Amino acid sequence: MAGETTTSVDRSTSDGMLGRLRKALEGPNTLGQGRPFWLGFTVLVALLLVYPMFRSSYYVSNTAYLLVSAFLGLSLCIVWGYTGIFSFGQVAFYGIAGYTFGIVSINVTGPAGTMAGLLVGIAVSGAFAFLVGYFMFYGGVSDVYVAIITLAVTLVLNTFMGQTAGEEWAVGAARLGGFNGMTEIPSLALGVGDAAVEITDLAFYYFVVGALLLTYLGLRVLVNSDIGYVMVGIRENQDRTELFGYDTQKTKLGVFTFGGVLAGFGGVVYASWGNYIDPSVFGLTFAALPIIWVATGGRKWLSGAIVGTFAVTFISQKLSVFGGQYSLVILGALLLFVILILPEGFVPQLAKKLPALLDRTGGGDS
Amino acid sequence: MASILPQVLNLFLQFIDSFGFLVLSAIGLAIIFGMMGVINLAHGEFITVGAYGTALSFHAGLPLPVAMLVGVALTTVFGLILEFTIIRRLYGRLLDSMVATWGISLIMIQGLRIVFGSSLPSIGTPLGSVQYGSFSYSTYRLLLAGASLVLLGVLYWVFTSTDFGTRARATIQNEEMSRALGTDTNRMYLLTFGIGSALAGLTGALYAPTMTIVPGMGSTFLVEAFVTVVVGGASVLVGTSGAGLLLGFINAVFSNLFGTFAGRMALLVTTILVIRALPRGITGLLEDVRGET
Repeated sequence: MAGETTTSVDRSTSDGMLGRLRKALEGPNTLGQGRPFWLGFTVLVALLLVYPMFRSSYYVSNTAYLLVSAFLGLSLCIVWGYTGIFSFGQVAFYGIAGYTFGIVSINVTGPAGTMAGLLVGIAVSGAFAFLVGYFMFYGGVSDVYVAIITLAVTLVLNTFMGQTAGEEWAVGAARLGGFNGMTEIPSLALGVGDAAVEITDLAFYYFVVGALLLTYLGLRVLVNSDIGYVMVGIRENQDRTELFGYDTQKTKLGVFTFGGVLAGFGGVVYASWGNYIDPSVFGLTFAALPIIWVATGGRKWLSGAIVGTFAVTFISQKLSVFGGQYSLVILGALLLFVILILPEGFVPQLAKKLPALLDRTGGGDS
Repeated sequence: MASILPQVLNLFLQFIDSFGFLVLSAIGLAIIFGMMGVINLAHGEFITVGAYGTALSFHAGLPLPVAMLVGVALTTVFGLILEFTIIRRLYGRLLDSMVATWGISLIMIQGLRIVFGSSLPSIGTPLGSVQYGSFSYSTYRLLLAGASLVLLGVLYWVFTSTDFGTRARATIQNEEMSRALGTDTNRMYLLTFGIGSALAGLTGALYAPTMTIVPGMGSTFLVEAFVTVVVGGASVLVGTSGAGLLLGFINAVFSNLFGTFAGRMALLVTTILVIRALPRGITGLLEDVRGET
């Protein structure tokens, strides 16, 4: 990273490896700072790691699903929250990658096929994001147009996949399946030949926890680097950032493509989790979900996106069990509430209130 | 020659049908966008409300034209209430207002499903069809294309020849100045949102007899509405009719050659290509041409 080398003089003066690592991970663009945060963070990761020992495999699998959704939430957070690109189409990249993974891994059997599927899936969704992004950002359309074009792309994909029920809609052995979806997608497997490990159940859970952890830390470094500052600069005032000499179109295209890759990874893992994908991932309702997660949690912060994704998905699952058909109404109302009353989202609000709250209860546990 | 003529006629009818569909899908959205810069993501659901109002009152025994008026009235009231309670609070927060309208859209789709079930009985397309050669085309759908032209004419008259139209254009051009000169811009926004809602309701009412009436039916209009607004740009009448002509032609050709889906796909691809060259759409192109002369 360019930022690393330019500021390395400054960073080498701090206390050793750990200090430098903390410098890279912390900055004004992330909420959690300092010893108490990292202590809490470690506890949280530890809890995630021991969680499967205390719950049945059903719950573990479900929690893994919540964690998979976080990739989608994070990709929207980077694109919309940090850079101000109003993308309603993150689910398109998620779905494209999922379908691509299915097509490749059904046609190329064995672990090699699934690994190739992972790579090709991510590459295709990234390339698709690049293509759409190129036309939007280099055309210089307004934010509003970005929103409706990404949504239109998603809806057209929904129609496209919906009409692929016939026999003729197949890529090799993989049938697209129309509204019934693509079935019998193999689970992701890593390794070669006999040494390959199929990533299912418990292994899947740990795979997702590990990947999410790495992604989160990596994104913290990214948003606190020079690139992250440019991203936030574009969000706050694109013209000013451009006048400072930054190539905002290039940065936006880069971020949008990266967002496509991140959502694509989520989509591949999702298809591998359920061994199934259908056109509803391109539907209007599903497209709204990441917006609700990220807006509710706090779109301008990574932690907000993750907590929002996790909390809202968890709540909507509970709602669909108890509230049945009202769950979507409540989600829509939640989105309205957040936009009208709490535009920054819940997490930054909590982060602001937390120190005072801890003081009142006599120091708290940190 | 005798065999080619029906083909050409077919293409032409498909063109005016697509033109009508694009214009009617987009006009309500375009008016709100042109005036307030807000994209109403619940636009599809406004159309749905119009269709539901029409279907419900039709099944209650009203004649179809009256039922359609009920649908329009219902959607107008609905839009005015939403503007007054929610949209109003989000002026100056353009993107937030889009997200809010999406929340409204989710609530409406599911709300309609809860109240009225998964579908309403259909109305049935009136007026039969015209025959030519081995083809036939629904007379009613062709009538809708005519309706879109009448609508554009009426809107032209409203925006150029009425007091409201003058004030509306003044508000678009310079909000502060028109407020200084005594125009209540908040009231203009309320009225514009009402008109946009009424037009969306009208679209729903007009297409209700041709479609299956389900809570998610609004999304069938969304893509067409979006691409028309993007290609047209901010100018409501010129942009929408220009985009309707261009996209309607492309849609007709591709649907005719490769089927309905290809037509839709061609719309999207055209739009993405257009924004690269004309980010402000046909409106921007016309402004540039006017500026040079």
